[in-house]
Amino acid sequence: MSLSTLEQGVVAQKRHRPTRFFSRLGPVLWVGPAVLLIAGVVLWPVVIMIETAFQNISPDGFIRGWAGWRNFVFLWQEPDLTGILVRTVIWVATIVVCTMLISLALAQLFNQKFPGRRAARWALIAPWAASVMMTAIVFRWGLDANNGVINVFLHDIGLLARFNSEASDWLGSPGSAFAWMIVVAIFVSVPFSTYALLAGLQSIPSDVYEAARVDGAGVWRTYLGITLPLLRPAFIVALLINVMNVFNSFPIIWEMTRGGPGHQTSTTTTFMYQLKQSYIGESAAMSVVNFGLVLLIVLVYLRVTVWKSGTAEP
Amino acid sequence: MSATTLRPKPWPWQRLVYAGLAYIVAAIFLLPYLEMIVSALRPANEMLARTYLPSHFDISAFFNIWKTGFGQHLRISLEVASGSTLLVLLVAIPAAYYTARQRFRGRGAFMLLVLVTQMFQPTAMLVGLYREFLDFGMLDSVVALILVNAGFNMAFAVWILNAYVSAIPAELEEAAFIDGSSRIGALFRITLPLALPGIVTALIFTFISAWNEFIVALTLTTSSATEPLTVALNSYIGQYQVDWSHLFAGSVIATIPVIILFALIEGKVVGGLTAGSIK
Repeated sequence: MSLSTLEQGVVAQKRHRPTRFFSRLGPVLWVGPAVLLIAGVVLWPVVIMIETAFQNISPDGFIRGWAGWRNFVFLWQEPDLTGILVRTVIWVATIVVCTMLISLALAQLFNQKFPGRRAARWALIAPWAASVMMTAIVFRWGLDANNGVINVFLHDIGLLARFNSEASDWLGSPGSAFAWMIVVAIFVSVPFSTYALLAGLQSIPSDVYEAARVDGAGVWRTYLGITLPLLRPAFIVALLINVMNVFNSFPIIWEMTRGGPGHQTSTTTTFMYQLKQSYIGESAAMSVVNFGLVLLIVLVYLRVTVWKSGTAEP
Repeated sequence: MSATTLRPKPWPWQRLVYAGLAYIVAAIFLLPYLEMIVSALRPANEMLARTYLPSHFDISAFFNIWKTGFGQHLRISLEVASGSTLLVLLVAIPAAYYTARQRFRGRGAFMLLVLVTQMFQPTAMLVGLYREFLDFGMLDSVVALILVNAGFNMAFAVWILNAYVSAIPAELEEAAFIDGSSRIGALFRITLPLALPGIVTALIFTFISAWNEFIVALTLTTSSATEPLTVALNSYIGQYQVDWSHLFAGSVIATIPVIILFALIEGKVVGGLTAGSIK
């Protein structure tokens, strides 16, 4: 082995010729199972979903032939659809904007040096690690009109006059229910975003800050001129991942209101699920519309990450 | 200019303010889970009391819950989570190793496919998943849940393992070849032990994701015999009455171990979730 380490590295990088160890079948054997799994449970369901959107299927699951665009027409004629679309936009925009702003502040706070920082950071991961469905159940319990602990607290500080009243029944009316579900969604989204921004903050070299300090830049000037621009890649990635998660979010609405009363707290995701119970073709049509939006988010994500840096290399 | 103006020491009170604020934030994020524990420990006659804490703690819900079929759902959750974890490792380790070590035709396409998969969530293709497993006659089966959870969590494992393997110099393996080891032998004796932190991270992350998964299990299971915990706990919320004490005892059992496990890999998860984008 007379090759220098550098040359060896180059050889390892540039090797196209199959070696003794890797026959031409190599990629199929090593990567094939992974491709098969993705094809089977990620890609094939998309094909079936699109097929279903153009089928006429009875509520008991019997396929009666092709439906053309009829499922989409039925979906379009749903009287609740406009409200659901508007609510989905409010849902995604409010949660993502609030999450990112809160996370910017928290990342800054948890990046400071103080005693017990590690323990405090650990506490932050609880909503991230726990099942969202269970977090939603606790909030539903805490908002109980008769004895929910949030109502007990609001009563104690004088913001709630009476239990079992309209004012204490947060989940009973669509407006306050939707607002509380947005709060819960922000609550479970903040930990990941904060951690992503913290990773971004830690990758900023400290000498940049030293230089700013020498130039006499103040705290705000340093933050706006250095921290925010250098945090941009981490910020955009966290933002897009949040948009995706929040758009696909199901357990919070499902556990707290089931989308009700009526469909007045539904988003397109929960509406799709409710349609599935009896009108699977129309549900598939809703899914296809949702999936179109998901693809759009993926394209934006790829555009700002992979294609910008030129490769899909890790 | 003296050194002190270049690097001013933070004032002690400033650190105290940071610490105070951070502890308050930490407490807020823990409160729902504390409330979960407190509610599980409430005596039956104080379940609906308007108090923050009960007069005394009662652990009987943690014993009685096993009489409600909870054990069976716990077993299914364990089967689904361990099955998916095993499948992910079996499939992701070879793929991550090969893509880290070899340049081959279709490598870029594969990495792109993995990246796109990571962005997808089963919710978006739920109807397709339901119809697919209906066609295969696999509704109501643990295997279906294992396959779906493995498929949607594999991307994370591939990215994080790829990064770990890439960081291990190929010369270490080549040295093993000279000593007469096969590639598989070198993989098991040299590379995998060195990549162990990555494997543990992928393992815990997949396990937790599958353990917490709700909507796919809700859709693909129709009988109580195959419902994992997340779906089963949902059924403690009855039409007219909610069995709160068992619901929260079950939630505590299902949640607290997961939070502790997650704390072990906390530092590495962001890297895996944003892999390919944040360098």
